[in-house]
Amino acid sequence: MEIKRTRFNVVQNINTMAYRNLLKTLHNPDNFMDVLIQPIMFMILFGYLFGGAIAGGVYAYLPTIVPGILAQTILSAASGSGTQIKEDMETGIFDRFKTLPIDHIAPLAGQLLADILRLLIATIASLTTGFFMGWRPNVNFGWIVVIVLLSVFIGWAISWIYALVGLLAKSATMVESISLMTMLLLSFLSNAFIPINTLPKLLQIIANLNPMTYVITAVRQILANGSFSNTAWAVLLFGIGIVLVFAPLTVWAYNKQS
Amino acid sequence: MQDEIAIKVDHLTKIFDKQKVVDDVSFRVKKGEVFGLLGPNGAGKTTILRMLTTLLKPSEGNIAIFDYDIKKESKQARSTFGVTGQYASVDEDISARENLMIFSRLNGLSKDVARVRAEELLKEFSLEASADKSIKDFSGGMRRRLDLAISLITRPEIIFLDEPTTGLDPRTRLQMWETIRGLVKDGSTIFLTTQYLEEADNLADRVAVIDHGKLIKIGTPDKLKHENGESTMSLKIMDKSDIGRSVEILKKNLNSEPTLIDSTIITKFKETKQAIDGLSELKNANISISNLTIKEPSLDDVFMALTVGKN
Repeated sequence: MEIKRTRFNVVQNINTMAYRNLLKTLHNPDNFMDVLIQPIMFMILFGYLFGGAIAGGVYAYLPTIVPGILAQTILSAASGSGTQIKEDMETGIFDRFKTLPIDHIAPLAGQLLADILRLLIATIASLTTGFFMGWRPNVNFGWIVVIVLLSVFIGWAISWIYALVGLLAKSATMVESISLMTMLLLSFLSNAFIPINTLPKLLQIIANLNPMTYVITAVRQILANGSFSNTAWAVLLFGIGIVLVFAPLTVWAYNKQS
Repeated sequence: MQDEIAIKVDHLTKIFDKQKVVDDVSFRVKKGEVFGLLGPNGAGKTTILRMLTTLLKPSEGNIAIFDYDIKKESKQARSTFGVTGQYASVDEDISARENLMIFSRLNGLSKDVARVRAEELLKEFSLEASADKSIKDFSGGMRRRLDLAISLITRPEIIFLDEPTTGLDPRTRLQMWETIRGLVKDGSTIFLTTQYLEEADNLADRVAVIDHGKLIKIGTPDKLKHENGESTMSLKIMDKSDIGRSVEILKKNLNSEPTLIDSTIITKFKETKQAIDGLSELKNANISISNLTIKEPSLDDVFMALTVGKN
């Protein structure tokens, strides 16, 4: 059989790389945990564990914790990006991709495209779990779509940071530890699970500096008022800012690898 | 077109942290030949291979692959070759078929062609039975076969093999050699690195010996052996009283100092004629011998001779 190559197409290459990435996520239990099992488990666990103590019941706690778990989930899904990049570098598969007649940037671009889908799955998983636990937001469905899009975008912006960490770190295990630590600190030292004013003074200052606090506040405001609040605009601009700073840095670090 | 050049390397140098890992290496690989790059660990083999396959930028010097300058036309150059790495770099989490599909698509094959090609390669490399299993459960040999299959998707004109049999058991190694010989028959040009002299001897048409980043010798395995190695002759003298005379005769004819173990004489020589002269003089002197063996120099001897005192 004659092997005919079609015209080399950047878009097709990036799609193939993204497809490969998603296959890996689905086949690898670790990655699968991050995007699907963890949001479901944490939502149920924290909801029933803290609901009674903090809000006097699960139902009353849901408007607080659903945006909180949502934020935690996008952080953790985004952090998977760095681990995967580093693993691909360590196993030598990135090198192999680079010996193919494809555009140099395709493996990285494919990774970040797949991140969007991973974030989408994670976001939908957390919101659906909340829904099954009795969470009924008072806004129409359009606003739910808005918070999904906002969360995915913020998560995607953050995955550029983790991708950079992945490219610069010494080993995949190191990336994993960094990811887990930042995920825990950023999600717990925020208003994700508790009202900030119950914290000691120092932790209050930290929580108020934590960007995740604003992401969570923005989501809560959208869900409460059915309008895109000032905080939401600030969060969106913050996300754009991260992409503008970290995308070039990450591409630079990626190109430096060879 | 007997001497069409597939790979042209001129004054290739790579400097890491002020240290010359590859030092002014030049060679040509002809189309259709198997070219072996032979050297101990850390000699710079993999660094050269990484530069040839566009993974690493040379500090100095030029590389052309089928006349594509790898600096200016790296994408075209990459479309002419396939690479199989030192550590089988296949995707662990996905199946053999999915690996082949993804690499086919990345190589620009349409979905239908990719599917057919994946099926062909699975059959060719006897991986059909495990096509949809996770690669985590694959044996070293299966992994290596899949790895090779992936680099053959587009039937590239040049195949780079980085230590293709390192870590394989003897049986799988022989199978791998068979596969590589098959590729040669199909007309592929093969560039392989190896630390096994036996492998270079068995597979390569020409061998470049490299040590400490420098090219030491280049030529056919036979030529290298002939120029740099010595044959060994060993024989037993039947009558102990003849030993003294025999040693003298062999020393004179073979022009080297024999070693004596009991009544067995072991001696080195360069030319076959010397050995024949020595043996006929023994016969004329009525000395009877037994257990005569003559061993050709191995590439191991050559390698030791070339790199001795440098490590």
